[in-house]
Amino acid sequence: MPEVISQTINLFASVLLIVAFAMLSQRRILSLIHLFTLQGVALVASTALVGYVTRQPHLYFSAALTFLLKVIVIPFLLHRLINRLNVKWDTETLINIPALMLIGIVLVIFAFNLALPISKFSTSIARGTLGIALACVLLSLMMMITRSKAIPQVIGFLSMENALFFAATSAVYGMPMVVELGIALDVLIGILILGVFLFQIREQFDSLDIAHLERLKED
Amino acid sequence: MSAYGIASQLLEVVIALLAAPLLSGWVNQCRAWLQNKTAPSVWQLYRMLRKLFHKESVVALNASPIFRATPYIVFGCMTLASAIIPTLSTELPLAPAADAIALVGLFAIARVFISLAAMDTGTAFGTFGARREMLMGFLAEPALLMTLFTASLITQSTSLTTIINTLAHRDLTIYPSLAFAGIAFVMVSLAENARIPVDNPSTHLELTMIHEALILEYSGRHLALMEWAASLKLFAYSCIGLAIFFPWGLTEMHSPVALLLAVPTLLLKLAAGGAALALIETFSAKMRIFRVPEFLATAFLLGVIGMLVFLLLGS
Repeated sequence: MPEVISQTINLFASVLLIVAFAMLSQRRILSLIHLFTLQGVALVASTALVGYVTRQPHLYFSAALTFLLKVIVIPFLLHRLINRLNVKWDTETLINIPALMLIGIVLVIFAFNLALPISKFSTSIARGTLGIALACVLLSLMMMITRSKAIPQVIGFLSMENALFFAATSAVYGMPMVVELGIALDVLIGILILGVFLFQIREQFDSLDIAHLERLKED
Repeated sequence: MSAYGIASQLLEVVIALLAAPLLSGWVNQCRAWLQNKTAPSVWQLYRMLRKLFHKESVVALNASPIFRATPYIVFGCMTLASAIIPTLSTELPLAPAADAIALVGLFAIARVFISLAAMDTGTAFGTFGARREMLMGFLAEPALLMTLFTASLITQSTSLTTIINTLAHRDLTIYPSLAFAGIAFVMVSLAENARIPVDNPSTHLELTMIHEALILEYSGRHLALMEWAASLKLFAYSCIGLAIFFPWGLTEMHSPVALLLAVPTLLLKLAAGGAALALIETFSAKMRIFRVPEFLATAFLLGVIGMLVFLLLGS
């Protein structure tokens, strides 16, 4: 039975990786938010499963927190944000998507190689998934780099946080409760501040393209 | 080589030949139901084949022998492909003749000849269909290979019968790598069989078609063979998908009764698979031709990731 559960954890980890790639190749902001929600669901499920297998009640708590925050509150805020900013249409990536995908494969190989020696020292049930978590972090980072618009960058940032959270769960059964609560609060506040920030950007430049920020130089 | 093996091989080929047009008809029927249309009968393709076989075949004056030979070559390739895929039993005398890589090669031969024949008469549409077909082919083949390699890595063999035997007899294990491979395989099959996100099988609108542009010059029995081969290709892809990702229901015992019992199981699985295909086709819109490389690059990527995940997780 633990065998099947650990395989299910691996399956959820793979879902996270698939979603990370789907986000990388997604042009529509609305679909990006849906994918982000899906990523949150996979994260909640895998955290709860790890908690069940290892009998660590605080993981249930963090799963519940993740569910509340990343499946309900943040997607809701993002939906409201894009409705108010009225940006639902496609955004082009800076590099074309097939090339992005190939770079993505390289990143995944890099992350997997990086994680192999680390996960040997771990005793966690989900130690194999550390490589996937690292790959998701790198992919989200690349998503932030290759988007010119502000909202996809915000979503990339949030999905990077998701991946870090997953890395913590898979390597050492999650962080201490205080840290976790702190991060949750930070993410929530971060979203609110970024929301205000986006409105300011648009008011200033009539566009959400952050390339305009370069004009803010003094000279 | 036993009499049982020969019998199962024969039965498999006959079922593939007979059921392939039925599968295409079933997919059309499901799609029409989902779109609130009145469907043509599921036997429509048989009627069309009969009509075409009775018609005269017109060949352009400047057509070379390649043009005449292609329908037979393509039909032969597809028949052989459906013969080496284990659908009813894993004891097939023909199976050692070709493994997973050779199977992809068989599809490639058919593709090359179809494209050559389309360019042979020198019409504009044929040439442009051939170019699109080759563009898709060079992207779809690696992705298909990666998918099959993932299954090969799990089972340590490229022989199709061994792969399917091993997958069917394992304990309940969840392979995340197979999930990646499965998605990649669905994407490749949609592209290879000219289904909706990539090509619309029911269109004759010149600027969007791929498959129809290739066979535009054919008529009579040649066209019948080409259409039959297209439905055999869909049948073969469905069978590979079902055999690798849902390998249950193949016969274990070496008895004719068990062999006959495997037939309804196969047909049920195919019916479910066809309905799923119709569902995908209804939910998605045809994409621009310039988005197709992106679609297939994603499929390739998922195949590669599947292999990497297998190497990382060991499952």
